[in-house]
Amino acid sequence: MPSLNVNGKVRSYDAEPETPLLWVLREQLGLTGTKYGCGVALCGACTVHIDGVPTRTCVRPVSTVKVTEKIVTIEGLSANGSHPVQRAWAALDVPQCGFCQTGMIMAAAALLKAKPNPTDADINAAMTNICRCGTYNRVRAAIHAAAKGGSVKSAGLAIQHADGSTT
Amino acid sequence: MTTSLSRRRFLGSSAAAAGTLVVGFHIPFAGAAMAPGAASGATPAPEVNAWVVVQPDDTVVIRIARSEMGQGSLTGLAQLVAEELHCNWAKVTTEFPTPGQNLARNRIWGSFSTGGSRGIRESQDYVRKGGATARMMLVQAAADAWKVPAAECVAAESVITHPPSGRKTTYGKVAAAAAKLTPPAEVKLKDPKDWKLAGKRLARLDTVDKVTGKQIYGLDLKLPGLVNAAIKDCPVFGGKIKSVDAAAVMKRRGVKKVVRVGDSAVAVVADTWWRAKTALDVLPIEWDYGPNVKESSAAFAQVLKAGLDANDAVVGNSSGDARAAIAAAPRKVEAVYSYPHQNHATMETMNATARWTPERCEVWTPTQNGEAALAAAAEAADLPLAKCEVYKLLLGGGFGRRGAVHDWVRQAVAIAREMPGTPVKLIWSREEDMLHGRYHPVTQCKLTAGLDAQGSITGLHMRISGQSILAGVFPQNIKDGKDPVVFQGLNPPGPEASIGYTFPALLIDHAMRNPTVPPGFWRGVNLNQNAIYLECFIDEVAHATGQDPLALRRKLMASSPKHLAVLNAVAERVGWDKPPAKGIYRGLAQTMGFGSYVAACAEVSVADDGTLKMHRIVAATDPGHAVNPQQIEAQVEGSFVYGLSAALYGECTVKDGRIEQDNFTTYQVLRMDEMPAVETIVMPSGGFWGGVGEPTIAVAAPAVLNAIFAATGKRIRDLPLKNHSLKKA
Repeated sequence: MPSLNVNGKVRSYDAEPETPLLWVLREQLGLTGTKYGCGVALCGACTVHIDGVPTRTCVRPVSTVKVTEKIVTIEGLSANGSHPVQRAWAALDVPQCGFCQTGMIMAAAALLKAKPNPTDADINAAMTNICRCGTYNRVRAAIHAAAKGGSVKSAGLAIQHADGSTT
Repeated sequence: MTTSLSRRRFLGSSAAAAGTLVVGFHIPFAGAAMAPGAASGATPAPEVNAWVVVQPDDTVVIRIARSEMGQGSLTGLAQLVAEELHCNWAKVTTEFPTPGQNLARNRIWGSFSTGGSRGIRESQDYVRKGGATARMMLVQAAADAWKVPAAECVAAESVITHPPSGRKTTYGKVAAAAAKLTPPAEVKLKDPKDWKLAGKRLARLDTVDKVTGKQIYGLDLKLPGLVNAAIKDCPVFGGKIKSVDAAAVMKRRGVKKVVRVGDSAVAVVADTWWRAKTALDVLPIEWDYGPNVKESSAAFAQVLKAGLDANDAVVGNSSGDARAAIAAAPRKVEAVYSYPHQNHATMETMNATARWTPERCEVWTPTQNGEAALAAAAEAADLPLAKCEVYKLLLGGGFGRRGAVHDWVRQAVAIAREMPGTPVKLIWSREEDMLHGRYHPVTQCKLTAGLDAQGSITGLHMRISGQSILAGVFPQNIKDGKDPVVFQGLNPPGPEASIGYTFPALLIDHAMRNPTVPPGFWRGVNLNQNAIYLECFIDEVAHATGQDPLALRRKLMASSPKHLAVLNAVAERVGWDKPPAKGIYRGLAQTMGFGSYVAACAEVSVADDGTLKMHRIVAATDPGHAVNPQQIEAQVEGSFVYGLSAALYGECTVKDGRIEQDNFTTYQVLRMDEMPAVETIVMPSGGFWGGVGEPTIAVAAPAVLNAIFAATGKRIRDLPLKNHSLKKA
């Protein structure tokens, strides 16, 4: 059976070669954090990293992904939501319905790896994901907060957390 | 902060553990649907009342009847309960009672309906009382144990103290005893000025799982033995299936069944959704397209146009004799506007999982109204309500699509009936979702103002021609041919959707014209286009009479102080009295709806090549009471994305009886690079409760359109903007 390297583990799957990677992740490997939004690579809800490159998996035939390529999904981005992007997202209450947010986070994490201190123009170019709830301004604020030298306080949202902290 | 990132904080979609629920209401969530270990090990605890369960470790479970679709009211409602409960917010979790439980308990949780920005405003009173009642019972239980008067005891942060004796206990320790007490007959609610949790910028309770991918949406549900279904309904409204060659796909890998759903749809069931979907793609289907196959938006626009001058209009708001005033006026301003069909385009497409046997039907689905979903499931299952149950999951967007009509639930149950005992997950493809929406109604509007010699309005006639949502969704609510929802934002003075302007004579009427495109409640509903029509037209009158758009509005709004207050707040923040930076142009809009007063000022620039840039929007909202200001800000920002997506790009057009836009390729939406900065002023004035999820959408488009006029002199009267060039002539 063919295999994929997902979140540090080699896992076999049983799917037709042209099956999009998205559906293998979701239906064969049970990794449902990666979402189906449009099926035509327009919305970005299905974004994962393949060897660090943000990839829209709804149009990527699974057979074109080699077992030597390392796939990271939202489930593998960090053990407990401790990735700086996830922390910034939680600190600033970015998600509304949340459905597009895992794709957003994967895109943002890849952006920050490539550009540790992105400009607004960099963010605009990298973050073309669709959010219907309209979280864009908090997404931008969270990316700046997670960037090198950034801080959640700079967003000025003054959100009070249950642990007593304010961001 | 990582320590707070545990799923213990939020149990909403997993309905907590069966053990913490009311005895006799075991929730048969299959193991996979629940997060492993969610609340595991918790000792069973009885409820103090319908809204509050306190576990021995002082964890407080607050029951939330309304759905959570991103709007944040799950957190807001929990704040209101916790405010009166005096509990430790750090130990608050939430769960959804099921619609079946609500029916079995005489609807103890009230309405489950989550639409019309009603989630908080319509349940705030009884949920606060639920919290206050539970607090009084917990305190009474402690007082009884100590044999002291309850009035001598104090409750704070889930701790009850008796200051005279120095005794102390916690909610968790007395919850079991409290549960046995008779609830107090009278409860007094706090004055909002004394709030400690409500009104604060608290973090949402449901964020953590949304950033780790652990949140289970309908699309993600796992159940043992689950099979998947993809569906195709006749793309032409009103069409039917002529024939299906099921044998052509039955040999494909994983395919289990081909099911006809009603007389217009066909589904393929397979082990995985991808196999079901790809089999459906090649399934030979012959359609009988029916009588609507020649329908088009272009043809219907002519019907709407005729309605602008027809004699069959129903009056929504009238004072004085506007027709006579206009006829006698030495000068008139007249304009015709139009607004197209829109799809909700929730990020998560319609879906439901159903398991049917002759004895019982269960449905797992994201819904804005669990009880309506239950009714739809029972009807489709041909079983009594008591033998059906719906388990609500968090919604990947709702916007009105998942509230009134549960067409996808009916389909899922119909398919499941063909496979008794097997859970079937029906997922719509994006294309199916785009072609079978419940669309924002299409209307046109002719506005005519009579002006006197000084340029003052003597009379205004606003004729709306077009589609009625109620006629398509709740026809029983049409009385004497009138759909009152059509007049949102244009009603006479009052607490709901009232017009903020006073004219010497006014006539607002509606000629109902319904196309075959099924209408629905689309976030903002009819406030959206009505605010565009009126706010752009007021701008037109201002320019035609050489008046400042703010000054004219102020003059017309002298009798509407709440409407005026938000407008003034916006004008002050944006600095209306000083000119904007070179190349920047401003536009104003205001409206009132869903119980709240809103206004906005947009600042835009338009390059010579026609490129529009929206730089900044300043918005103000008076919702009466603000339960969580940071979430109101999030709703206001999101409302601009929704409203501006529609204004810039949104339209669903019909050709050959079917919707032409089938994905985000042709139904574009706003993305990050176009998003303006948003400054939100939340200014609750008290004394009433308004909603916040929708009203701001309505001012997004007119503020930007008026700014575009200021920048270019071009008055855009039919949307979306993508159909117009803003290029310098």
